[in-house]
Amino acid sequence: MLFTSFSFVLFAALTLLLYFTVPKRAQWCVLLCASLGFYLLCGMEYFIFILYTAAVTYLTAFLLQKRADAEDATVAANRDTWSKAERKSFRAVEKKKRFHILIVGLLLGFGMLAVLKYTAFVLEGVNSVLSLFGGEVGIPSLLLPLGISFYTFQSMGYLIDVYRKTARAEQNPAKLLLFVSFFPQLLQGPISRFGALHQQLIAAHPFDALCFRSGLLRVMWGYFKKMLLADTAMVAIKTLVEQSDTYRGVYVFALILLYSAQIYGDFTGGIDITVGLSEMMGIQLTENFNRPFSSKSTKEYWNRWHITMGSWFTDYVFYPLSVCRPMQLLSGHVCDKLGNGLGMRLPVYLATVATWFLTGLWHGAGWNFIVWGLLNCLVILVSRELEPLYRRFYAVFPRLANSRIWGAWQAIRTFLLMGLIRSLDCYRNVGLTFRLWGSMLTDWNVGELFSGGLTSFGLSVADWAVILCSAAVIFAVSHMGREQPLRHRIARMPVAWCACVCALLVAVLIFGAYGIGYDASQFIYTQF
Amino acid sequence: MKKTICLCTCILLLTGVLLLFAQALLMPKYMSTSREGALIGEYYANASNNDVIFIGDCEVYESFTPPTLWEEYGITSYIRGSAQQLIWQSYYLLEETFTYESPKVVVFNVLSVKYGEPQNEAYNRMTLDGMCWSSSKINAIQASMTEDEDFLSYVFPLLRYHSRWSEIAAEDFRYLLSRDIVSHNGYLMQTGVKPMTETSKGFALADYTLPAVCMEYLEKMRVLCKENGAELVLIKAPTNNWKYYWYDEWDVQIADYATTHDVDYYNFIPLAEEIGIDWSTDTYDAGVHLNVYGAEKLTSYFGQILSANYGLEDRRTDAELCRIWDEKLVAYQKQRNGETS
Repeated sequence: MLFTSFSFVLFAALTLLLYFTVPKRAQWCVLLCASLGFYLLCGMEYFIFILYTAAVTYLTAFLLQKRADAEDATVAANRDTWSKAERKSFRAVEKKKRFHILIVGLLLGFGMLAVLKYTAFVLEGVNSVLSLFGGEVGIPSLLLPLGISFYTFQSMGYLIDVYRKTARAEQNPAKLLLFVSFFPQLLQGPISRFGALHQQLIAAHPFDALCFRSGLLRVMWGYFKKMLLADTAMVAIKTLVEQSDTYRGVYVFALILLYSAQIYGDFTGGIDITVGLSEMMGIQLTENFNRPFSSKSTKEYWNRWHITMGSWFTDYVFYPLSVCRPMQLLSGHVCDKLGNGLGMRLPVYLATVATWFLTGLWHGAGWNFIVWGLLNCLVILVSRELEPLYRRFYAVFPRLANSRIWGAWQAIRTFLLMGLIRSLDCYRNVGLTFRLWGSMLTDWNVGELFSGGLTSFGLSVADWAVILCSAAVIFAVSHMGREQPLRHRIARMPVAWCACVCALLVAVLIFGAYGIGYDASQFIYTQF
Repeated sequence: MKKTICLCTCILLLTGVLLLFAQALLMPKYMSTSREGALIGEYYANASNNDVIFIGDCEVYESFTPPTLWEEYGITSYIRGSAQQLIWQSYYLLEETFTYESPKVVVFNVLSVKYGEPQNEAYNRMTLDGMCWSSSKINAIQASMTEDEDFLSYVFPLLRYHSRWSEIAAEDFRYLLSRDIVSHNGYLMQTGVKPMTETSKGFALADYTLPAVCMEYLEKMRVLCKENGAELVLIKAPTNNWKYYWYDEWDVQIADYATTHDVDYYNFIPLAEEIGIDWSTDTYDAGVHLNVYGAEKLTSYFGQILSANYGLEDRRTDAELCRIWDEKLVAYQKQRNGETS
């Protein structure tokens, strides 16, 4: 069930109606039923997988919590008899035991994701080696349940939190199932943290007109971004990618711009619908974007784009990796042999590479995703290495650092660089992508673009008008909301709010790309 | 607070009006192109006093001319046909027709029995958008929708036609509130001539069995006619192009059905010569459809059968009917003579 389908609109409306009419203590039951119903409607065959993840998560967390409670009780019971060293030693042993439980839970959770998502990719790699010796292994066709990466990461993050004792395990399996399957965020995130979401899901939420208005406005805004900007651009992107032999040079640049617009409209629009719908129910989800295209560096971009995924990898992969014992030993060794500079940086750099490698893999089972991740990593590391040079540069040109024009240039540079790397996601073939990047240097046929080329790849003049106007509106709204989201201000003015919702509705219904003649396009991030 | 509610209500009403206006503006008008899309909607202004109802696809709205039937035999008739009208659409249109009037004879062209599944969204729209809302329309939509379609877009056609905003033409404003009449009691006149140069043959099929669902609807149609006191007559128009070929094997199945259920069936394909169809002058598209000259010949021929075998009276003694039909004849002749388009 796509967010852009009429059935989803009806489903969401009915859920909201039920949510606010049942007794407050039963609201979470409505959410659970709606979430399970939503996932069942997405495909009966997927259901077993989410139940499996929820079951693994519940049991592992239950065991972790049991051991942690027992540990605390033992320590409390022996407070007067044990020395500090004894307590520390006991806790270390217990932590190791809990760590083993956690590892089993993570293996079971991530194992299913790995098998379903990466088996074909791994076997293709095996086959390419075996083919040298005339061998081949069969590649099974495995089902990839919708949103599996999102709910698996959210669940595994919860397990790590329970292990770290930053969260207490939920005792009620139904309530945990709701945390795993909360329907607005099931298919494309955000990847919420247990501490930030769980209590909100099970708490009572009386109808709050302000939240409702703000949420509905955000939902409509999400549809505006998705259906006017992203889905209108989609037709052209499809053509440019499928006919990449024809559309080279400047058309690759056009694709970079169009795909940037599409993925922005698609992903932020989808998240707006998710967060807005939750807000209507009084549930505040973690923000996933913060004006990413205004970023002045790659590092800043990744602090503003898909924030919840970035923070998940930072908290659960990057930090543990960079401070783990083998890394500390390696760092010490390098410090001794090659000096403190490299020795101090090495753990960070290795952890960064590993994190970006995994981030690439998270996005998809393909070399293009891995190369995409590593290229992002490369840019971040190179930028870091060049920091002293930047500092010297700004020391020579001190006014530049605060100059608006320079800031705009940095934002454009980052936007284009990220767009360039992101095009790996479109062509899905590393060699082809690199060749097409090269064609921008060799076949810069810009004249062709303006002598009919712009309307040759599936976009009419009217479509261009929709893309440009909607992009301009989105940019303006984003700019105006840089201090405080514009919708919060509008939601406080019922008449203005009503006018905005109606205007967005009219724009979406008339100028949106939907219905017969358009591919019912899935949200891009539901594939991940 | 009161002022806020008033203002919000005004905004909502304004939005509603705007969307309704946009819907009316963006729906295709079928006035200068694809005029067959306007046929179904034109019926409701003439939905009474028809002795004969023709029902079916393009082979009825291009093969029979109600003005000729009136002029020569005093038979009042209307054609409820549209492009590639599927048999279940014909059934539900007939069901709807019986709620408006009580024809004595229902003539169904059988070509559409070959389609056992919904075919084409654009043709569905031409048939279904023109129907007035009723349980028949709802059932017709549900039976006809292709995989890509959804019911809601029939209720709110803006959801289907919104993308026409970039193609809006003067015609869309001109026919915003009212449309011209394009047919003559459902007959869409074609005056051009494009001779048929070679006799067509259909491609061999793997299976010639007519879809069961079509035979079920044929049976439902027969029962419906019986319940409403009308005689069902099955016909096959004389055109037999390779694209819409009528196979002997299908003919046998329809003939068998007709014999079994005591229904008359006229296959005009072998009778074309007897009817006087001249394929060099009586078709406008090389034998796919008849033009007005061919249609008049077929109507004259069939009119004789209708008045001789089905007890249809000559109603030219009715002064009021004469006045109405005289007007229709004038319009018909004007278009036939090229005075109007």
